[in-house]
Amino acid sequence: MNTLEILFYTLSAFAIISAIMVLISKNPIHSVLWLILVFFAISGHYILLNAQFLAIVNIIVYAGAIMVLFLFVIMLMNVKKDKEPQKQLLVKLIGVIAGGSFLTLLLALVKQNTSFQGRDVLLKEGSIGLIHPLGQALFTDYVVPFEISSVLFLSAMVGAVIIGKK
Amino acid sequence: MPIEYYIFLCLTLFSIGVIGVLTRRNAIIVFMCIELMLNAVNLLLVAFSKMNYGAALAMSPNTTAGIDAQLFVFFIMVVAAAEVSIGLAIIVMMYRNTHSIDINFLNRLKN
Repeated sequence: MNTLEILFYTLSAFAIISAIMVLISKNPIHSVLWLILVFFAISGHYILLNAQFLAIVNIIVYAGAIMVLFLFVIMLMNVKKDKEPQKQLLVKLIGVIAGGSFLTLLLALVKQNTSFQGRDVLLKEGSIGLIHPLGQALFTDYVVPFEISSVLFLSAMVGAVIIGKK
Repeated sequence: MPIEYYIFLCLTLFSIGVIGVLTRRNAIIVFMCIELMLNAVNLLLVAFSKMNYGAALAMSPNTTAGIDAQLFVFFIMVVAAAEVSIGLAIIVMMYRNTHSIDINFLNRLKN
């Protein structure tokens, strides 16, 4: 087992355990902190795939901006932890069974599919994830969607202010 | 690294998100599980992009195959940031009206 495989398995286990902890934490603030760990593990995967731009953007946008927004809203609401509503045990059990069968079905489908067999992912090599080729593609082929996304941000900002003001 | 391992990892993360949406009643936790599902899909897109890039690299040394997927991930992050700001504003408004973030209260939207 070489270093890349050890890194892959460590980061995967880290991501899955943290994701499970998001679900089973009673306190919402702990859930947010575990979710930040998941995002860091996914950023580690991006670095392993040599997608450096996305790794940095993932940390800045997700772990930095979005999760701080979540934490801010949770602290603003000051929800009591013992007052948090819980679903009935039966509903929870049905939810877990439904999600588990969904996972089993998809795993079986992927295992059966022959077009994925023998295909390898290029780890730690390749230049397409660096800033230079991505920026060049973004400002030549994808310049119209890029400008439209700025309009999307403007409308989201106006919408958030209007909804929050009521 | 075979692509199947990445697919298994992303499917597991996605299913954990689905289970969270189905089992929790706190609106913020449900929202966070949706973010988890988005991130699983992003990781899978990047893995597929590197798979196609690796296949195209054997043909020609200066190919840019797979760059579209990474830009798609970038745009997904842009849309997710906008979505989170609106969604959290809606949750705050709902909390102000009902003094609870229980999603079962939302069934009063029916009538």
